[in-house]
Amino acid sequence: MKKAIKIISAALLVLFISAFALNNMTQKGYGIGDLADDFSLKNIDNSMVSLADYKDAKGFIVTFTCNTCPFAVLYEDRIQALNEKYGSQGYPVIAIMPNNTDVKPGDNMQAMKQRAQEKGFTFPYLIDKGQKVYPKFGATKTPHIYVLEKTKKGNVVKYIGAIDDNHEDVSAVKIKFVENAVDALLKGEEVMQKETKAIGCSIKV
Amino acid sequence: MKIVIHKTLKHYLYKSLLNYKKCKELLINFIVMKLNILIIVILLMVSCGKNNKTAEVFKEVTEEAVESEIKKGDIELEVYDYAGFETFLNRKDDKVYVINFWATWCAPCVKELPYFEKLNSEYINKNVEVILVSLDFPHLYDKKLKPFVKEKKLASKVIALDDVDMNSWIPKVDKSWSGSIPATIIFKNDNSKFYEQSFTYEELEKEVKQFLNKILYEKGD
Repeated sequence: MKKAIKIISAALLVLFISAFALNNMTQKGYGIGDLADDFSLKNIDNSMVSLADYKDAKGFIVTFTCNTCPFAVLYEDRIQALNEKYGSQGYPVIAIMPNNTDVKPGDNMQAMKQRAQEKGFTFPYLIDKGQKVYPKFGATKTPHIYVLEKTKKGNVVKYIGAIDDNHEDVSAVKIKFVENAVDALLKGEEVMQKETKAIGCSIKV
Repeated sequence: MKIVIHKTLKHYLYKSLLNYKKCKELLINFIVMKLNILIIVILLMVSCGKNNKTAEVFKEVTEEAVESEIKKGDIELEVYDYAGFETFLNRKDDKVYVINFWATWCAPCVKELPYFEKLNSEYINKNVEVILVSLDFPHLYDKKLKPFVKEKKLASKVIALDDVDMNSWIPKVDKSWSGSIPATIIFKNDNSKFYEQSFTYEELEKEVKQFLNKILYEKGD
């Protein structure tokens, strides 16, 4: 009898711990080395975009961004520059707007279209309608970047974090985190700095 | 100037209706002037409305107007790099510190500020101190942050953290912090808890009470 109780309590403990761990994982989203699920999100040209559409891509610079966050605004030109530099090399920028547009009307589809037109975005600017995609990634803020490498297994998360180390002044940037990561992947090398932190606007739910 | 034209206009209308041309000229002058004032008023109203609504887009054209109204130097702002700021996190004086990271451009931060203010005023005699750490852009300290602190009459201590090397200092505040704000750290001596979330007053008070209870517990021990 005592033994049975012991076994049951041990089993319960394992269950409890694993449930907790699982819960933690789903909350935190992808980590480095995880496979990122594909998605199908509406672009500003009303088409639906998936990663699978990019047959020739070697990977992706998935960028969670929006119109209304001043940090995201500071990085708009740099996101465009990333797409210009790396789109042709097989690493296009895929921008996703994750905010609830009821909370932030300035991020609605119409505002996104207008912003993209004003800034001349050459990358898809997708809306995470229903807010199902950003939690999978574990994005918490804008801007928040995930560099994915396309492999036979799927799209592997290789870098998570900021674009560079100076949001205020482009000319004072010392380390271009995303460029370094993509450059390394293009050379078939290991990404040195896999995760970085930066202040950003919380994603509005 | 306005009154003068007004009076002369009346005079002409009243006394020399025949002098139509001159009157018309004056009338047009008058209307143009009024229109100018009207346009300025409308522009001001529109820009103010924008400011209140989003508070997120920081490149307003009319910032100069706001700036001139609030004299620079009215509010002393302590600005720290991370090394300087770190001393605030390392205090071990039996006080409960509630350190909130915010910015005027962050709507959810601005929304929860009154709760931190309330906490500060209600727990000021209970060994609790709130410190509001602004992450506003330095070039907007005078234009945005100081006027905001003044306008909202913030009673809690407000300091500014200006350190672009965020990748170095964010993990030092807390390893789990992704960098989104609002974020808050509550600590007492070596006990600390980090929150990457928004608070209601009740939630905030509950957390602080836990730290206060710890003090009681430790003292009772």
